[in-house]
Amino acid sequence: MEKRFAGRSAAPGLALGALFPIANGTGTRVASGAAESEAEALRSALSAALSDLSALIERSTEDAAAILEFQVALLEDDVLAEPAHAAIAAGSAADQAWLQALQQEIAGYETSDDEYFRARAADLYDIRDRVLAHLTGSATETAVPAGAIVAAVDLAPSRFLAIDWSRGGALVLTAGSTTSHVAMLARSRGIPAIVGLGVDVDELSGLALVDAHRGVLIVNPGPAARVQFERDAETAATARTLATAAAMKPAVTADGTTIRIVLNIADPRELSDLDPAICDGIGLVRTEFLFHNQQGLPDEEQQYSTYRRIVEWAHDRPVTIRTLDAGGDKPIPGLTPTGESNPFLGVRGLRLSLAQPDVFRTQLRALARAAMHGNVKIMLPMVTHPRELAIARSMLDAEIAALTAAGIPARRASLGIMIEVPAAAIAADQFDAEFFSIGSNDLTQYVAAAGRDIGAVADLADPTQPAMLRLLRYVVNAARAQHIDVSLCGDAGGDARAIPLLLGAGLRTLSMAPALVGNAKLAIAAVDLRSVMESEPWPT
Amino acid sequence: MHTGSALLTNDVGLHARPSVKLTQLAKRFGAHIEFARATTGPWVDAKSPVKVMRFKATKGETLHFRARGSDAAEALAAIVSLVERGFATEPERTSQLPQG
Repeated sequence: MEKRFAGRSAAPGLALGALFPIANGTGTRVASGAAESEAEALRSALSAALSDLSALIERSTEDAAAILEFQVALLEDDVLAEPAHAAIAAGSAADQAWLQALQQEIAGYETSDDEYFRARAADLYDIRDRVLAHLTGSATETAVPAGAIVAAVDLAPSRFLAIDWSRGGALVLTAGSTTSHVAMLARSRGIPAIVGLGVDVDELSGLALVDAHRGVLIVNPGPAARVQFERDAETAATARTLATAAAMKPAVTADGTTIRIVLNIADPRELSDLDPAICDGIGLVRTEFLFHNQQGLPDEEQQYSTYRRIVEWAHDRPVTIRTLDAGGDKPIPGLTPTGESNPFLGVRGLRLSLAQPDVFRTQLRALARAAMHGNVKIMLPMVTHPRELAIARSMLDAEIAALTAAGIPARRASLGIMIEVPAAAIAADQFDAEFFSIGSNDLTQYVAAAGRDIGAVADLADPTQPAMLRLLRYVVNAARAQHIDVSLCGDAGGDARAIPLLLGAGLRTLSMAPALVGNAKLAIAAVDLRSVMESEPWPT
Repeated sequence: MHTGSALLTNDVGLHARPSVKLTQLAKRFGAHIEFARATTGPWVDAKSPVKVMRFKATKGETLHFRARGSDAAEALAAIVSLVERGFATEPERTSQLPQG
């Protein structure tokens, strides 16, 4: 009757609800290959989305209806789908064509100087996902019942986003990885998620308990399991209240050491409902989101206005913006190389920027201009050799000189590097950087030779294994010797279990997803650095 | 060809609701109606909400209109009036228009 399945926790939390299996887990659509039928697929998805909206408007209050009427007006306008139809005529699949056309439209809103226009991007996302759901045949997900436990083999990020999680629920995947995009989304939205359950999705039906702290799924739970769940849920509710309260307070260890907490941001929209007081700044702005549109790379103005917006949100707090980190598991069509036998060891991060100097210069100019509006720090990813840093620095200085000569205000932001390639970690003292930020996800996978996208070796990619802690301590000491700041911005930085070890290794600044701040501050408060230091097993 | 201009006075400029109102009104007329920031263009189709939103007009900007077609004069007068009264829903009924 009661069946237990064990997987890996991808996002902590507890949930009780009915399992809702999604058959085709990937959510990808099989393209017909014929332009006319792809165009027809897009047309019928558009008209289905319009019917959805009309039905919604009938059920809505006046205010909500006005918002939806705006979406109707845009959807009814043939201009919206014109670029998608052009791409289809040129051979694109309908869903890809639509996605890329809308990304471009959304970028136009998001880079506006006007708050109001920026806010309307949310409507465009809504339209995009609604039509996409009809195209990929996942429109039934609008019918995912409130609080359901969604079960699938794996889930595309767009399908995750298409589901209404406002009333809770959980995600259980029979395959999947804890470092996948959907796992990151679940963590940042606070949706409990378990991956790698290793069963057939068909076995997952009925009522179930999700204990995503332990990575356990219990189908048809018996009375004992239910009692335990209620006890756990009560404890979790208390913990959540504590974490919410802790988030607004400074992070201080039991022995009185203040720890700086900064945020990892992958999309400026994450900041919209966030009080800057929960953090000491932004430790990592991933800029890849700007580069994912079909109509070309973002120009200097688009980048500048986006960076400026983030910097203004932070007031005077430091904002560390990472230059484009494409390649590896983050390809950008037309920019990153194709056909590399091992993209994680290929042309990615700063290597790609130096190979595409025009793209890099544009970004450096936008960053130097945004630096006029606050405390901007520029961070270079995947640095391996000191020469790469020297080249990037001279490019930055040249762009600032050119801006200044043209009468455009620009400031020399401090220039630092990510420590994520073992070569840079081991020889950290050789890098003349203005700060270090340890990218523990990549550093771990390179140190352990265990790919972050390969579930079967996930256990080996432990960021707190002795080799990693030894390396962290070495990098921290190298930074101290050079009198520069050092922080850590991988997933480990927000992991309550890893935090005592990271602090023990000497780190005093941690960067993490906004949703993790409260728990991280609680974990920090429980650490007594005097005893951690004493038990530190590694020579300094 | 009929031309006219109006100053955007409402606080939020030509954003979502005003854009919908403008395009709905324009669609009531057979005339081809366009607007621009300058009399030299570039001109934007006043019947396309997507294009109107891409235009991103904000408070304090002057919009120049031009229209051609049998009902161009009437269309222009109605649209200039809508912008001048800050997109206020004058007779409530106008928001009940069929959408084209």
